[in-house]
Amino acid sequence: MRLTSMLEATMKDDTVKLDLAAVGPATERPISIAIVAMGGQGGGVLTGWIVSLAERQGWVAQSTSVPGVAQRTGATIYYVEMMPPDPAGRLPILAQMPTPGDVDVVIASEYMEAGRSILRGIVTPDRTTLIASNHRSLAISEKMAPGESIADSGAVTSAIGIAAKREVIFDMNAVAVAQGSVISAALFGSLAASGALPFAREAYCEVIRNGGKGVEASLRTFAAAYDRTVAGDDPPNLTTVPGSAVQIPTRLTDPKADRLLQRLRNELPPEAQEMAYLGLRKVVDFQDVAYGDEYLTLLGQLHLCDSAAGGAERGWLFTGQAAKYLANAMTYDDIMRVAGLKTRLQRRTRIETELGVSDKSILQTIEFMHPRMEELVSVLPVRLAGWVIARKSLYAWLDRRTDKGRRVKTYTLHWFLALSFIASLKRIRRISLRHQQEVAHRNAWLENTKTLLAINYELGVEVLRFRRLIKGYSDTHVRGLSKFDKVMGTTLRIAGREDAAYWARLLLASAVKDPSQDGLDGTIRTIGTIL
Amino acid sequence: MAERSFAKEVEDLRLGEGEIFRGEGILAITKALLQAGVSYVGGYQGSPISHLMDVLADANDILDELGVNFQSSASEATAAAMLSASVMYPLRGAVAWKSTVGTNVASDALANLASGGVTGGAMVIIGEDYGEGSSIMQERTHAFAMKSQMWLLDPRPEHECIVNLIEKGYELSEASNTPVMLAVRVRSCHMTGSFVCKDNKRAEFTLKDALNNPKRDLDRIVLPPAAYEHEQEKIRLRMPAAIDFIRKNKLNEFFGEKTGKTGIITQGGMYNSLIRALQFLGLSDAYGNTRIPIYVMNVGYPTINAEVEEFAAGLDAVLVVEEGQPEYIEQSISTVLSRLSAPTKVRGKAYLPMGGDYTAAVLSKGIAHFLEDFDPLQLGNRAPIPDSPPILTAPEILTLKGVVPSRPPGLCTGCPERPIFAALKLVEEELGRHHVSADIGCHLFSILPPFNIGATTMGYGLGAASASAFNVKADKRSIAIMGDGGFWHNGLTSGIGNAVFNKHDGVFLIVDNFYSSATGGQDVLSSRAFNKRRKTNNSIVDAVKGIGAKWVRQIDHTYDVTQMRAVLKEALTTEAEGPKIIVASSECMLNKQRREKPRVSKALKGGKRTVIARFGVDEDVCTGDHACIRLSGCPSLSIKTLDDPLRDDPVASIDNTCVACGNCGEVADAAVLCPSFYQADVVHNPGGWDRFKSRLTLPVIQFLQNRQDRLAVNFDA
Repeated sequence: MRLTSMLEATMKDDTVKLDLAAVGPATERPISIAIVAMGGQGGGVLTGWIVSLAERQGWVAQSTSVPGVAQRTGATIYYVEMMPPDPAGRLPILAQMPTPGDVDVVIASEYMEAGRSILRGIVTPDRTTLIASNHRSLAISEKMAPGESIADSGAVTSAIGIAAKREVIFDMNAVAVAQGSVISAALFGSLAASGALPFAREAYCEVIRNGGKGVEASLRTFAAAYDRTVAGDDPPNLTTVPGSAVQIPTRLTDPKADRLLQRLRNELPPEAQEMAYLGLRKVVDFQDVAYGDEYLTLLGQLHLCDSAAGGAERGWLFTGQAAKYLANAMTYDDIMRVAGLKTRLQRRTRIETELGVSDKSILQTIEFMHPRMEELVSVLPVRLAGWVIARKSLYAWLDRRTDKGRRVKTYTLHWFLALSFIASLKRIRRISLRHQQEVAHRNAWLENTKTLLAINYELGVEVLRFRRLIKGYSDTHVRGLSKFDKVMGTTLRIAGREDAAYWARLLLASAVKDPSQDGLDGTIRTIGTIL
Repeated sequence: MAERSFAKEVEDLRLGEGEIFRGEGILAITKALLQAGVSYVGGYQGSPISHLMDVLADANDILDELGVNFQSSASEATAAAMLSASVMYPLRGAVAWKSTVGTNVASDALANLASGGVTGGAMVIIGEDYGEGSSIMQERTHAFAMKSQMWLLDPRPEHECIVNLIEKGYELSEASNTPVMLAVRVRSCHMTGSFVCKDNKRAEFTLKDALNNPKRDLDRIVLPPAAYEHEQEKIRLRMPAAIDFIRKNKLNEFFGEKTGKTGIITQGGMYNSLIRALQFLGLSDAYGNTRIPIYVMNVGYPTINAEVEEFAAGLDAVLVVEEGQPEYIEQSISTVLSRLSAPTKVRGKAYLPMGGDYTAAVLSKGIAHFLEDFDPLQLGNRAPIPDSPPILTAPEILTLKGVVPSRPPGLCTGCPERPIFAALKLVEEELGRHHVSADIGCHLFSILPPFNIGATTMGYGLGAASASAFNVKADKRSIAIMGDGGFWHNGLTSGIGNAVFNKHDGVFLIVDNFYSSATGGQDVLSSRAFNKRRKTNNSIVDAVKGIGAKWVRQIDHTYDVTQMRAVLKEALTTEAEGPKIIVASSECMLNKQRREKPRVSKALKGGKRTVIARFGVDEDVCTGDHACIRLSGCPSLSIKTLDDPLRDDPVASIDNTCVACGNCGEVADAAVLCPSFYQADVVHNPGGWDRFKSRLTLPVIQFLQNRQDRLAVNFDA
């Protein structure tokens, strides 16, 4: 490429033949190291260590950085250059910024930051050793979508495969946390083990020892990361792949549970049993054994429809998805469920383990609860609830009394008793207004599903998945319902089209990603144009 | 207390003659000032000058020993005006700020200072913050130097050179009775390096001497007819004196030999990148031995005509390496050579980009192109220049482009400003969107996701002022935001005073986090901490009331989102006339944690009763809608994917960096989101009362829990 362009410029044709050597040998270039990190990750400490490492070996080193607002959790970059001492005592002129294509080592403290360094062009296959932790610290755009929106780490892995000359990739954050330290020590250990710099392991340790702060934990982390880097690739993953995580038992000791299990095994195809088993446990936990039977009955009916629609050839996809979303629909979030979950034994144990609460310390939790009148009244039996709702002034008076945030100290006697009482109200759940509403909504949804399944199998499956949109409490729940209605309404309008399932999938995807519904409305408008 | 402590490093400022100093550029600059025998220093923080201010604050003892008065100036204008001490007295002084924003603020004082001229050396240290990492507009200080006729020093990024130029800069200032500017780029301020020290110098003539023997001279004051005389002095005396000094002392440098037909003229600050670019082209070694002559302008203004003439002699063309625009130096060199009718062609922006950073990659491309046109022999065999584009066009990397999410800066974990913006967002959900004037400071992160609040930012402390046009009756009121730093910098008069005087009906929100936080946590007038050298604890509420504001609300705990929202709503809807001022106060969490963490760990070790709180999410209760994150953006509040095939969406999750500020719970309550959040208080080293309560309640709770567990249908095999 370069040659052609020069040949075209005839005036300069002679220059390529001239024997003019470069002033200095190309090897006389500094080793360059870029550290890409997020503000607050200790990139500055690591930079200081690397400079100190080189200087203690008699090398000339220089680091630069750009502190400032970008360091408040934003992406940032530190840069180090180092050269062996010149016998003549001359000092090299070192650059202040990395040049794309001219970086020997890139150290990334997070996986997407490793990806960003590749996009900056500072990781190139002819010279760059990439040392990166493959753990994720999610960016705000990944976190704020009202559903799954996490960036694909696989894309980074593929890019590293072609962009880096050498790579040292593993979860260095986990190594650091396990040793009670921070990631900078793990990155330093990996750098040492990579052999990218001509310094002995002991020289690195000396630097850490001279740092003064948290020396022991840093050294442990350094050693762990060093060994892990030398050991090479991850040991093969022995845990089972997701989706086959659950082993369905053949028998259960609790006779009530066992009866349900046997019913499930007899009535449903093996392909759907796993999901159905999880669903069954969830609905029984939500209510009782009878509710489990109701679940299996409803699921059995859906399975019949699946069968009629030729589900056997499709691996009973519809039944499997129905098992999942029916269970979710039947275990809606009311105040009894929340109170039940908050008072559970397992919950307290879980928090104690997470926080490392010992015998000598005492745990208390404070819940931030703000049930509105709507939630409270919906717990009442249908007719009583209707009576209250009909009396506007009474309702408003009650609303004023109840509508406020409550700080609930879970493990004080009176609050625990109160929560336990609320949880026990699940006995009257099935006569409550909320249950009536949920059942009505569920039935309408299932009817639509069945109808659509009969004309378009894939569409039937998609409509089951719409249930994913209904989640949360109060306003969030209302927003979810409205999204569901929009998606369902639009789908019904296009149900006759051959590509209806494609559009349904698109509708669901835009509804899941977008809190403002602008994206969803856009998709609906697009669909409007094809009708 | 500032974010970064230099308590250890400042000891190096005591190094004496012949000793080697090693460290960051910012410390080297401070050392050079002490070696130059300054009597007073001042300035205003802002990257990269924040750390210079922090170094000076931490070096107070050393400054005292040398009789140096250090002021944390109220603004850059204050700092610039401080240099007037050098007008009549042989006192050396230095002030520092972030340019060009700081120079904008200071320029009134600078113009007056430069007109009358100085007796003692006066130096402005400018953190030239052009390009990458800069949070300000892309402009050049060069224009200010030219318009007020102040000499602009732009040293090569090397400690030795920077330190030497500070020393010589003072002599230059005194020899030409003109204030000088020293521009140091952000990376040079934070660059590590070394130099050989001299002893620190104590000024012979002191500030005390000046106060005891006051002097005045009407000729130095900017009033007619003296002002006209100043202009003549600038032209006839000061400029020639400066040129003479710069030449004699060789402040500009010549490198390399004239081996070919071309040469390069560069700004001092660009030198290192230039050498790297020449290295890529095979025209220099790592030590700067070049095959192409280089004229390094460590003095960016004025241009030394004779040196340019000498350099250009015998060359067909020179390339001017000058970052940013307009290309003042290129214009100046062109003028010099054209007036001499010299045959040398001057090129600069024709080969190098008009705007943007001059990285080694950009420079090597431009220089290669220039040499191809004027001196192709120099390019010799054309060693391959480092290049990344080939790999960047690989399909894997093109795919990656769409995957890597942007990572904008955001408010820190536990930031007291987060609940303010959460509340504002909730108010907007209720009352609709409003015009919001933002300001400079951490609170400006509100313009980014997840809050997306704020329409303009016009300058530090100008949030309130920039809403002033919207003083008309409408269905909605304007909202202006500023921080405590901006408030004291100028916002009290430019914003609040202005709104009171003009009877502005808008809402003015002052975010008071007890520090100038965005610049690194320096103290301001309303800081709550005791500072033995400054008077803190001056109330913002008193200040705005003192200036005439009537509707003033103070919130002492911003984390109370419900209250915050109520006050904002009241301000937006009240019938009261005039500005509605809300002072929302809670301490910057970075500063608070720096104080609290050691205290807590000490208390834990000492066996004292200590409550450590953290927030958590009950993952069974969380439904994965992430509404909480859209009202927070806290770094410790993230999401995690559950190992449950029944669940599609990841749930909220709080990691162990949580500092239990309470925002999650408060937002969940105020916005009526969900009951997933809990605060877990762990009482370490519990007292007798704690243990008594626990012994009373725990058995009952455990009985109930075990009973519930026993009665549940058991799916265990």
